[in-house]
Amino acid sequence: MAISPPENKLWWKEPMSGIEITWVGIAFLWGLVMFGTMVGWHFVGKQNLSNETYRTTPDAFADKVEAMVERFQVREEGDTGVPVVHPTPGSDVYMLGRLWEWWPVLELEKDQTYRLHLSSTDWQHGFSLQPQNINIQVHPGYDFVLTITPDKAGEYAVVCNEFCGIGHHTMVGKIHVVDKK
Amino acid sequence: MAVDAQAPSRGFLGASFRTCPETGLKVCSQAEALIKVNAVVAVVFLAVGGFFGLLVALTRWPAVHLLPADWFYLLLTAHGADVLLFWIVFFEVAVLYFASAIILNCRLAAPKFAWLAFVLMVVGAVLANVAVLQGESSVMFTSYVPMQAAPHFYLGLIVFAVGTLIAVCCFFGTLVIAREERSYEGSVPLVTFGAITAAIIAVFTLASGAIILIPTFLWSIGYISHIDPLMYKIIWWGMGHASQQINVSAQVAIWYAVAAMLLGAKPLSEKVSRMAFLMYILFLQLASAHHLLVEPGVSSEWKIFNTSYALYLAVLGSMIHGMSIPGAMEAAQRRNGFNNGIFEWLRKAPWGNPAFSGTMLSIVIFGFLGGITGVIMGTEQLNLIMHNTLYVPGHFHATVVGGTTLAFMAITYLLVPLIFRKEIMFKKIAQWQPYVFGAGISGISLFMMGAGTLGVARRHWDIGFSDAAMSFDYPATAFLMMGLNGISAICAAVGGLMFVLVVVCSVFFGKARTPESIAASPTLPSTGSAETVTTYGSEAHPKLPGTVVLVAVFFVAFVLYYYVNWKYLSEVWPLS
Repeated sequence: MAISPPENKLWWKEPMSGIEITWVGIAFLWGLVMFGTMVGWHFVGKQNLSNETYRTTPDAFADKVEAMVERFQVREEGDTGVPVVHPTPGSDVYMLGRLWEWWPVLELEKDQTYRLHLSSTDWQHGFSLQPQNINIQVHPGYDFVLTITPDKAGEYAVVCNEFCGIGHHTMVGKIHVVDKK
Repeated sequence: MAVDAQAPSRGFLGASFRTCPETGLKVCSQAEALIKVNAVVAVVFLAVGGFFGLLVALTRWPAVHLLPADWFYLLLTAHGADVLLFWIVFFEVAVLYFASAIILNCRLAAPKFAWLAFVLMVVGAVLANVAVLQGESSVMFTSYVPMQAAPHFYLGLIVFAVGTLIAVCCFFGTLVIAREERSYEGSVPLVTFGAITAAIIAVFTLASGAIILIPTFLWSIGYISHIDPLMYKIIWWGMGHASQQINVSAQVAIWYAVAAMLLGAKPLSEKVSRMAFLMYILFLQLASAHHLLVEPGVSSEWKIFNTSYALYLAVLGSMIHGMSIPGAMEAAQRRNGFNNGIFEWLRKAPWGNPAFSGTMLSIVIFGFLGGITGVIMGTEQLNLIMHNTLYVPGHFHATVVGGTTLAFMAITYLLVPLIFRKEIMFKKIAQWQPYVFGAGISGISLFMMGAGTLGVARRHWDIGFSDAAMSFDYPATAFLMMGLNGISAICAAVGGLMFVLVVVCSVFFGKARTPESIAASPTLPSTGSAETVTTYGSEAHPKLPGTVVLVAVFFVAFVLYYYVNWKYLSEVWPLS
């Protein structure tokens, strides 16, 4: 029994039963398939996370975001008047997570590619794009650059899904995806 | 044996033995006392932490929305620490002492240190709870920097970890003594082997915890200026996730133990089952990566290798146990005479015995709900559509509550008569308990994963965003899921309460076991032809059609659900 020492002291010399050999083989191969799927998706799939990250500081990142807002602001939105920016397609766009807002609101054009920079100026935040359900961790001190191509027009919310204190549940931002003008 | 039973006690900390009338094992009084206190304290934390969990679930039920925001985050932090850490680790220490001193017929090493370990663990756990309940440490169980808790929150966790490490050392010491004193023949039993696996992983885990929590403590009192948030996460999860692998090893050891004790099951092959445990030791520590799949600053190569435990070799270990344990049960049951058709062995299993039903439910919930979803969530790209949504707690409630907690509950129904030597009270309640708890926890897990698939964030007080400057509405189905989750949580809480009621009443007010009651209702039923069971294993190459069917169903479910999620992923915005 499993709670007493093996009767056969040379248990490692016992043959395996056929059912076990078969199952170990299938399970091992399935592991290789799953591993191969992950690697293969980097070549054939369109949804892969970037490896591009830079060290930054809260101030340096905030400066870049403000420069973008100054250049591309088109209007304001929401109760608190968050600026909405409409940057040039193909350009570097920035979104900043801080207690407790995503700043600013982005207006992007459908089927255009952007380099989206994400960082935080205080604690960690979770960039959760809804209803797409794309979820990315945002760290202070790291500038995470994602190349994104929004392929459906509409209004998207950015919910914070990393706990960031008592106002966490009020932290909602917006990304608008509009048809090309 | 008889002489040992009458050996004079050598005082509070001396080793004396009694002989167990049911198993014939020599029971060290110190080990027995320590198993008792650790198990009792574990159940206290289960009750407290479980209650907090109910309040959290009722708050997340939008129609009820019980707690205010600050209390929600506070109690969610306490819930995590109390059940994920304190309940499970206290119980695991009891399991380690059982798997060493009791199963190996040996005295416990250094009982004074084992008591010191217990005291430190209690002090640490209470200190961390005080810190959280004071309200200055609502940082969630993960306490990601740069968010800061009160210093005594970290200190409590460190003291608890030190105590646990001492307990693990007592376990290893007991193994050495057993070997020296030749208290067993040949190799250690498989269950002890599983416990050794758990203990080795525990050392790695506690070391990771110390490496990150000590500097974080110093940071909280101002001696260190900066802790890198990414480095914190990588090392913290070396503790946080690897500690879940302690649970897996301990719970699998319990599955083998219950199958052996109730059915007379013998592993199909010692070699294969031990190899599967070895896979855990070699690869499970890589799982820190599961929490870093959508982080900046970590490369895809690193993510793929680590998140897959190097080619899924630790998953292979679990899949082996997933076949080996039902297979061993089927082999034993067929030898016990239930040999008709494919499933008579399963139908006529002791489903009315909560130790058995709890174990079976633990295997099914862990495998189907916890295991499959864990592998999928731990796939580099698929994590993008799940990270930090309710899918995550949905998954780990299936593993840690449905798997580990239910397995621990199951073996408690054997420990009460064997170690506490008390009759189980309220037998009917005990009989239903695993089903009620299992149903509740399966609901919690499924509905949270459903809500997570719809994007609902975890650790979130208000999915209606009523105070937010910008509006957003999750789909109506998500709200329905959260309501069903609340109802399931009530069901699980009732199941948990039934467990606490039965165990506490039995331990403190139950009738002592007497030779007559043992003869009338043995804890370990005679499995008839125990001798033949042992030869029905590997040498006989048994036919196990029932196990083949069960494993095939599992495998098909796994493959289908895996690719369904790739389909979901392929529909979101292209990104690179």
